Amino acid sequence: MLKENSFVYDDWHPVGALAEAVVGKPCHTRILGQAICYTRTPDGLIAHLADSSQPLKTLIVYGLLWVSLSAQPRRILAIPEFEETDRRVVSAGSIRVATSGLRVVENFLDMAHFPFVHTDILGAEPLTEVAAYDVEIDEQADEVLAVNCRFPQPKGSAAASEPVEMQYVYRIARPFIAILYKTCVIDANRLDVLGLYVQPVDEESCIAHAIMCYLDDINTDKQLRDFQQRIFGQDIMILLNQVPKGLPLDPRHETPVRADALSSAYRRWIKARNVTFGTAR
Amino acid sequence: MLKLYDYELSGNCFKVRLLLSILGVQYETEVVEFHPGREHKRPAFLRINPMGQLPVLQNGEKIIRDSQAILVYLASIFDPSRKWYPLDQPEVLGDIQVWLAFADSLTGSLSAARLHELFMYDFDADACRARAQTLLEVMDKHLWINRQQDFKFLCPLAHATIADIACFPYVAMADEAGLSLQDYPSVRLWLDEVRRIPGFTVMAGIFPAGKP
Repeated sequence: MLKENSFVYDDWHPVGALAEAVVGKPCHTRILGQAICYTRTPDGLIAHLADSSQPLKTLIVYGLLWVSLSAQPRRILAIPEFEETDRRVVSAGSIRVATSGLRVVENFLDMAHFPFVHTDILGAEPLTEVAAYDVEIDEQADEVLAVNCRFPQPKGSAAASEPVEMQYVYRIARPFIAILYKTCVIDANRLDVLGLYVQPVDEESCIAHAIMCYLDDINTDKQLRDFQQRIFGQDIMILLNQVPKGLPLDPRHETPVRADALSSAYRRWIKARNVTFGTAR
Repeated sequence: MLKLYDYELSGNCFKVRLLLSILGVQYETEVVEFHPGREHKRPAFLRINPMGQLPVLQNGEKIIRDSQAILVYLASIFDPSRKWYPLDQPEVLGDIQVWLAFADSLTGSLSAARLHELFMYDFDADACRARAQTLLEVMDKHLWINRQQDFKFLCPLAHATIADIACFPYVAMADEAGLSLQDYPSVRLWLDEVRRIPGFTVMAGIFPAGKP
């Protein structure tokens, strides 16, 4: 059995988008309830706990600045698509949400809310049914996958000019990181990659960093951000009204339906790894 | 055609989009990325509005800044019914002006707290929320008294005016500012009345009224 929260403590957490970082400006933020300070330098990133000068480990990858509280963090998750040089990497703009980061990830995984919350964009009545999909555990990477997901979407991406049945693969790479691979409207053989990298600030506060790794050659960066902010802007009000703010892991707390298979797997996976930070207790 | 310098997540931009939708006026938008681009503070936009604030409306050569001023301008030109800004009823214009100023106070309190919560602006959010609570108490009492006289909106009329449009967005998004409307029942009733105005439109964070 893993020590409580070591699964997230001994890992990397995003603290900001690389594109938005100002060189030389110290930034104060929190990870897992710990106050830290980081500074983007001309050739890297330095960070330390707010009340200590002891340096923290840092990384710059996937369009993000990463910090670990651990002296021996595990390897950063692998996202091979970032090595494909024809892809564009665009930050959607980091946004803080006053709820558990686990809630934000779970909402990201949920297709059932598309027609109701993202009306006429990611879904529309009367096409509200979530078709059956498959949930798999990747034992080697210790990740949860949902494959064969599809949803009819009026405007499934900034580049979409007509309604399409979007194909989705959801990858839960970490408790606070989920990656969506979705139909690329300009190249049928490849997938766009939308990563939701959540910074767990406190148990009931987080910052959502979204990074697009897209093949889109139609939209400007600003247009891609505008599309993504509209979607996330619609989610915020829903997230703020979810009670309790912590993610309930007790299976008796809620009654899932088949469309919630991924959410149920996500909750079980978190529980089995003894993650309690951001859960309802 | 009218051109609106616009940002989706701005409540002040939304109030202009809302009135344009209600009046059925066609317009085009130019997105000014408030977050994270801070385009509203960059030279290109400062040439359009030296105040560095959104929204701005352009009608041919005429440029109007300040969301409340834009509402007055639009209602004066595009509302033949003369209901939204009743130019021939001075006592109503006085009432409306009070609420347009009130809407500015909401921007300085509720909107500021929301900017702190969502975009991490370095504001004293608790002080902003305290000011907003004082405003909401005033508004709630006013709306309760109005309702006793069968007036559903802010002004003592049978219909809404730009006063309601001006005050609506940041109150509707109070949750995002970290402030619950639980204690303001008349305000919540009023929000639903505004949502039922024909031509009402939505933005990220503001949903339509439930079906009655």
